[in-house]
Amino acid sequence: MIYLTNARLIDPEAMTETEGSVLLDGGVIAAIDGDAPEGARIIDCGGKVLAPGIVDLGVQVGEPGARHKESVRSAGLAAAAGGVTTIIARPDTDPALDSPEMLEFVTRRAREASPVRIRHMAALTKAREGREMTEIGFLLDAGAVAFTDGDRVCTNTKALNRAFTYARSLNALVIGHPQEPGLSQGAAVTKGKFASLRGLPDVHPMAERMGFDRDMALVEMTGVRYHADQITCARTLPALERAKANGLDVTAGISIHHLTLNEMDVGDYRTFFKVTPPLRSEDDRLAMIDAVAAGTIDIICSMHTPQDEESKRLPFEDAASGAVGLETLLPAAMRLYHSGGLTLPQLFRALSLNPAKRLGLPQGRLSEGAPGDLVLFDPDAPFVIDRFALRSKSKNTPFDGQRMEGRVLATFVNGVQVHDAGL
Amino acid sequence: MSFRARHLLGIEHLAPDEIMTILDLAERYVDFNRRTVKQSNALAGMTQINMFFENSTRTQASFELAGKRLGADVMNMAMAQSSVKKGETLIDTALTLNAMHPDLLVVRHGASGAVNLLAEKVNCAVLNAGDGRHEHPTQALLDALTIRRSKGRIRGLTIAICGDVQHSRVARSNLLLLGKMDNRVRLVGPPTLMPSGVAEFGCEVFDDMKAGLAGADVVMMLRLQKERMDGGFIPSEREYFHRYGLDAEKLAHAKDDAIVMHPGPMNRGVEIDGTIADDINRSVIQEQVEMGVAVRMACMDLLARNLRAERGARAAEVMV
Repeated sequence: MIYLTNARLIDPEAMTETEGSVLLDGGVIAAIDGDAPEGARIIDCGGKVLAPGIVDLGVQVGEPGARHKESVRSAGLAAAAGGVTTIIARPDTDPALDSPEMLEFVTRRAREASPVRIRHMAALTKAREGREMTEIGFLLDAGAVAFTDGDRVCTNTKALNRAFTYARSLNALVIGHPQEPGLSQGAAVTKGKFASLRGLPDVHPMAERMGFDRDMALVEMTGVRYHADQITCARTLPALERAKANGLDVTAGISIHHLTLNEMDVGDYRTFFKVTPPLRSEDDRLAMIDAVAAGTIDIICSMHTPQDEESKRLPFEDAASGAVGLETLLPAAMRLYHSGGLTLPQLFRALSLNPAKRLGLPQGRLSEGAPGDLVLFDPDAPFVIDRFALRSKSKNTPFDGQRMEGRVLATFVNGVQVHDAGL
Repeated sequence: MSFRARHLLGIEHLAPDEIMTILDLAERYVDFNRRTVKQSNALAGMTQINMFFENSTRTQASFELAGKRLGADVMNMAMAQSSVKKGETLIDTALTLNAMHPDLLVVRHGASGAVNLLAEKVNCAVLNAGDGRHEHPTQALLDALTIRRSKGRIRGLTIAICGDVQHSRVARSNLLLLGKMDNRVRLVGPPTLMPSGVAEFGCEVFDDMKAGLAGADVVMMLRLQKERMDGGFIPSEREYFHRYGLDAEKLAHAKDDAIVMHPGPMNRGVEIDGTIADDINRSVIQEQVEMGVAVRMACMDLLARNLRAERGARAAEVMV
């Protein structure tokens, strides 16, 4: 039993922020604003923020295939330190997570090695090759929460149509990567003045809209439940709004990097800022923050993509894409809070509640009976990020050396404290 | 004299007075190069390594000659057929060479930003001899010197840069340099070969050659870089020549005393008519090659001075 008192409680369902206490017992939130029972460990939160733990939709864990970049253990520890209580792991492993046997293996690894919950997405097509659908039914039975080929866009629309149709019959959630692959092929940055100045291969933001429009046509045809992993351009927003208004079962996400950084941050070819899709213009970034506030974009994630030093120490266009984010997601999100762009309930709606709801998980809520997954943090505590202090095996964060405000003090999973930064 | 940089990676970070310093010194090396005995000891005892990851004849020869005339020990490494083929990374190659204590590294690489990356890892001065589609600073400087000698100034001119701007590092460096010197820069070419957002650089963009050349003091032609294209940027070379190739008819729209430039190597009959290229009254293409050696000598001389000053300062610290 843990009794957390004197806390600023964030309830993303009621969209409220109140002073109060929470009792964790039996792995769940047993009471809110009750009295401290006999024998409970009492933690005085000192007026700091207590919120439902983050459900991070789209984390790459290196097992199997790239354990040297991120193991289940290191990802779990990084998540705990970052206030992420549920990792939703991506299937873009090596080999791809596309069979129930593999899903059983990674589920067992997660259970034995990770201090936080890990749920897995499975590939939508075998080997993520976009030709034949995976055993969606068996994979659902084995615990897959969604189906996606990651950032590989299926160009075989007939195969994709079949996969969507079949997924619809099982009510499975599919996750797409909206991008027109012909236009974005080889691109390292977003088209514009900066790309021209640096002489880098670029892609027009419209490529995202074109990919999204195609997927929406398929969703309309098949009725499948669809989530767009990252919508990052203002030009895609009207299409997203229209799809939602037309009653399609569609949600959209965005990575924290696209909400806090822009294309100019690449500067003199800094490869830690190379992500997929590439960072966008400042206008796009601001439009995306508004879209999260309005609820048009539902989910914020870290898009945690560990890359070792070797794959980043290359000329920009040859360097690997992606950034780690499990530990920096919450501090970076606090930038949006401090700049006045988003309130804490709005942030936790996008970080915790919406991803859990979309995946049919009971997490992400601060209410009696909800799982005892919480994060306690000080939104004002300043610190400087040192990439070598990260728990991730890979240190490829674009925030290295940057000043942040917002420090995780403690993380609780299933009613048990899994991270303690000293209260 | 003002030139403070440790490396010469691009025009972007040069101040106008630094550009003028390079041009003024290069002017002296032009005279020097016309003597029968052309031997200086400005780089005596120093080692210059030319690393060309992309094949080059002209630029490499120009850098080699410049180094030798300044008294440096010059080594050419044909990187295209070396350990890079065995899978060595760019940074490992750089560290290996760095351990041999060169003083000047002249680098050409096919990827934009590769020379910047390499410069972070070595102790010597690095000269960018062209990186991807990014910059080719000595080309812009030699173009500026050629223009200044021909027009008597490098300010307030109308300069049309024509052709394959998209794939050209020469165009980017020239755009930056000529902009810093307060010239009116025009970019002329088919929209498929025009990079995005260039209008924001403060230049005018034309897709009609005659309109773009109207009243120009300088016509700078670019090579159509077929090797960098993955197909379909232009319908055919003959249509390209018809609409964008520089011939007497199109050149007539520029000023009567307009000069014609080309960074070479030329595709005669594609971007430029042979008779224009050979017209000694209009074409300064051969002069550009001559200026190239002088400008590279000036750049290496200045970088070597900074290197010596830096090392001297460090040695003095140790003594104290």
